[in-house]
Amino acid sequence: MKSKSKSNLMRSVALHALLTPLAIIWLFPLWMMFIFSTMPDYGIFSPDIIMTPSTSFLDNVRNLQADTNFFGAMTISIVVAVIYTFLSVLLTSMAGWALARYRFLGQSVVIGIILGTITLPYSVVVIPQFIMVARNFHLANTWTALIVPPLFNSLGVLFMRQAFSMMPGELFDAARVEGVKEWQIFLRIALPLARPTMAALAIILFLASWNNYLWPLLVNSRPGMMTAPVALGTLIGLTKVSWGGIMAGAVMLTAPILIVFVLLQRHFIAGIAAGAIK
Amino acid sequence: MRLRNRSAYAFLAPYFLVFATFWIWPIINSFLISFQNTRVNPWVFSASINWGRLFGDPAFYNALENTLIILVIQVPVMISLATVMAVLLNSPLLRARSLFRFAFFAPVVVGEVAYAAVFRLMFNVDFGIINKLLGGVGIAPVSWFSEAHAAMLLIIIAVTWRWAGYNAIIILSGLQSIPEDVYEAATLDRVSRIKQFFHITLPLLKPIILFCVVLSVIGTMQLFTEPFLITNRGGPGGGTETLGLLLYRQGFQSLNFGYASAIAYTMAALAVAISLLNLWVGREPK
Repeated sequence: MKSKSKSNLMRSVALHALLTPLAIIWLFPLWMMFIFSTMPDYGIFSPDIIMTPSTSFLDNVRNLQADTNFFGAMTISIVVAVIYTFLSVLLTSMAGWALARYRFLGQSVVIGIILGTITLPYSVVVIPQFIMVARNFHLANTWTALIVPPLFNSLGVLFMRQAFSMMPGELFDAARVEGVKEWQIFLRIALPLARPTMAALAIILFLASWNNYLWPLLVNSRPGMMTAPVALGTLIGLTKVSWGGIMAGAVMLTAPILIVFVLLQRHFIAGIAAGAIK
Repeated sequence: MRLRNRSAYAFLAPYFLVFATFWIWPIINSFLISFQNTRVNPWVFSASINWGRLFGDPAFYNALENTLIILVIQVPVMISLATVMAVLLNSPLLRARSLFRFAFFAPVVVGEVAYAAVFRLMFNVDFGIINKLLGGVGIAPVSWFSEAHAAMLLIIIAVTWRWAGYNAIIILSGLQSIPEDVYEAATLDRVSRIKQFFHITLPLLKPIILFCVVLSVIGTMQLFTEPFLITNRGGPGGGTETLGLLLYRQGFQSLNFGYASAIAYTMAALAVAISLLNLWVGREPK
């Protein structure tokens, strides 16, 4: 027995000796993001190795705001992410409910199309989407352009369909016998029961919207209608720009999500494990 | 039942309208546009103007080559790393588990623009921390942005950092579904841990690892933001130009939608082909 605990100890030491350096390497870019955001530009571009925080964060925020209206862009990003998440959870829940709890003509066709196209790369639709939204509907630089087209995302449908189909059918039949209307059964009985799934879905959708870059870059490129990642992206590569400011922006984009991630890690992981990003 | 039928359509309709407009129709339309000459107004049908150009375009072959090189190196490295992370994180001997999980999973929530900016600074040739640390162990400064191979390596490092944890989460969830008694039996039979990994864990994980490979192939095939922002529009001189970047240039800078659609369909076809190849290679022996 003693030799077994000894070999366990050895294995434990080896495990931590392997994982610790890897974890440090993995945390390093995040740590540097934070350090850079607190440093003046002459500190970022100095020959010394600096890996502890400095005191210029607020100056950097001011420089960033001078380079681009970052707080305005943050406001747009927040509003878009909140509305998008709400609408997407609502629409995909309704569709998931229809596919899970009813039998109707065309049902298997709809499911077939969703499953058959879900792994197609987004690049395939981006050009026609852009032509339709910007040219045919003249919706470039609008809230609609940011919020509506990404609602096509079908992962929520599969997610919610799964949740609804696992609920006991007697529950809904009993309500029907009592004369409760179908939409009330959905709103009052089914949705509250699906709350954990909706939470995981909402987190993943919010994150996807918050970090979305290519689509907002294409349709909302006018200053004043840019989202925060797009506004920050326009600064990267400019010659006369405050890099401390860019880093302060990166921290403001990342820190709130990281905090939520720590608090709700379980939901995040549940959502990702179900394959819900991308 | 007919009444319920109507309810079903009512629940489905709002989503399906968006889905049809912004997903199904564009998939079809993209294919149609690839057969249009979009450099004249109004567009005219031309069966070969875009597809003919594609197969003789050196810019396309350069982007294709870069994309495939990144894909062939980055995906296996990242999936191996993610598997190692997942297996180690799953060990019952691990202390401070939540700290390690945070370290590996945190990059998953970091936006592309934010991390692209950090990587640009960290790999800055003259003042970047990476070259300073390399200098500390006697390695000459690497020209990450002006030397094509180094720039490709930088893209591979960046993408791997961003996505390894994502795949580790998926693989870890697969590991946790392997019943404990399989290992107990193997341990009683004095099968070593290493052998258990290769003969029990890996075979049982195969479907989920293949799933990760397919997801990663699709993702890397479309690689855009990293070469756009980190290596400054595919620099140096097209050295990190990817298919995603070429699509962006042709579609949204030159506004040649027809040619860009042909590129998009090529990317999709390649992603589907490579995914099917993976599934075929990983199929269960009959």
